[in-house]
Amino acid sequence: MKFILMMGMKTDKESMSKGIMTWPKEDIQAHIGFMIGLNKELKEAGELVSAEGLAFPDEAKMVRAGKDGLPITDGIFPESKEFLIGYWIIDVESPERAYQVAARASAAPGPGGAPLNMPIEVRQVMSGPPEELQ
Amino acid sequence: MTGSSLEISIEHLLRELTPQVLGTVVRRFRDFAAAEDAVQEASLAAAMQWPLEGLPNNPRAWMTQVAFRRMTDQIRRESARRRRESAVVQEAAQSYTPEIAAIEIAADEDDTLVLLFMCCHPSLTPASAIALTLRAVGGLTTAEIARAFLVPETTMAQRISRAKQSIKNSGIPFQLPTIEERTQRLRAVLHVLYLIFNEGYTSSIGPELRRADLSHEAMRLTRLVHNVQSANPEHETTEVAGLLALMLLTDARRLARTGPEGELIPLSLQDRTLWDKQQIAEGVELLSATLPKGSVGPYQLQAAIAAVHDEAESAEDTDWPQILALYDLLRRMSDNPMVALNQAIAVAMVHGVAKGLELLDALKADTRLADHHRLAAVRAHLLELSGDKRGAITHYRAAAARTGSLPERNYLLTQAARLSDCD
Repeated sequence: MKFILMMGMKTDKESMSKGIMTWPKEDIQAHIGFMIGLNKELKEAGELVSAEGLAFPDEAKMVRAGKDGLPITDGIFPESKEFLIGYWIIDVESPERAYQVAARASAAPGPGGAPLNMPIEVRQVMSGPPEELQ
Repeated sequence: MTGSSLEISIEHLLRELTPQVLGTVVRRFRDFAAAEDAVQEASLAAAMQWPLEGLPNNPRAWMTQVAFRRMTDQIRRESARRRRESAVVQEAAQSYTPEIAAIEIAADEDDTLVLLFMCCHPSLTPASAIALTLRAVGGLTTAEIARAFLVPETTMAQRISRAKQSIKNSGIPFQLPTIEERTQRLRAVLHVLYLIFNEGYTSSIGPELRRADLSHEAMRLTRLVHNVQSANPEHETTEVAGLLALMLLTDARRLARTGPEGELIPLSLQDRTLWDKQQIAEGVELLSATLPKGSVGPYQLQAAIAAVHDEAESAEDTDWPQILALYDLLRRMSDNPMVALNQAIAVAMVHGVAKGLELLDALKADTRLADHHRLAAVRAHLLELSGDKRGAITHYRAAAARTGSLPERNYLLTQAARLSDCD
């Protein structure tokens, strides 16, 4: 079963004042090192389908089609919103295993090496058709 | 022979030769993990060279020699590292001759079984067992397996190498399990083959042809086990024939099962002229020859149910009382909640929708089913049959919200919309 594990980032003032940009260097390095290690672990377990980090939302755009079908771009309004900043897609035996991986990611080290325990949203990636009822 | 048909026949030949050569190499070197790598390399070398240079006189000996060379090279490297020469290696490398190959062919079929027992060992997770079986016995490349399961090749390579490591660590010997162990171990093998079949059969997303290949590969391997078993009637287990019949009878409906856009078409609405009559005949014949042998198991019963459907000229002609009788038997043998759901449908068709719905109410107590989308989907279907349109819409939507299958969600949403539109 494939699952996507989504990691978000809040951009309200309070969250931003504690965000990764404000951490000391060694904490940032420990965090990055942890994420690289986690990906390596998942790859070695034969479970990693893909993992990507997204650019910070500063340059993100909201796009809608105009009447002529052409794109109308708009800046995003970061106040009190949560943005996707990275995801993993994993192929595992069970939902429980996906939750386990999500919990590992959630406990990534933050300031002072303490676990962040950030929320990770786990959703199933849809598969092909099921067995037929007969 | 044109270039591409030569390549296809080489591909088939390689898949047939893989377990044979692997058996020989493992028996000689007693190292399954390393032998498997060596045979995969030999197979890749063959896939590169044969289309250009033509088939060698004895393809099997060619591959065995290449695999032996890889093994000895590797062992020499290791030996050198450890600063000791291995007499065993010398002996093994020099003593392999075509004459020995001929003798070893006799042991082939058992080898294939032994390999299957290893690859489908209960200590492996299903995903690992599937990947390893497809590579070591099926002769597929890691890239092909990765494509079929829509994961990166490196991930699949890791999955296979971990599976081999578990086999190594568990010290499973390269020999047939004892007679006492055999039935149970064979059940694990059949289960893995069944999973491979379903993986191909139930998936139309992704590279479609590759997925269908998985079903054919599962059928080929099951046929192989069946042939080996038939050659040793004293060890025969009728469930092998049951599984093969089930695959044939289910796969026969493949073309009718989805529409042009990949949309699901339920059994009752399928165009039966698209069903593969020849495959149905083969499945029915196999099943008819097997059932009288006694010890009827779950695969045979499922095959029998598939046969009853396949033999009905139209959905209305379906012999539901017989299907119900078969589900009653199956239910006594298996605690599978999906069997209970299918049984409820059969009850509704034989004794009326109300009876079927009663059964569904009772199934809600089963925690494995309570929140399962299939329970909601079956309830929606039965409510629709009973004329309760509102209830059907509610349950079709509830099922759509819970399913993990995209084509199934599309189907369920369409069903709900169809009923709402009639309002």
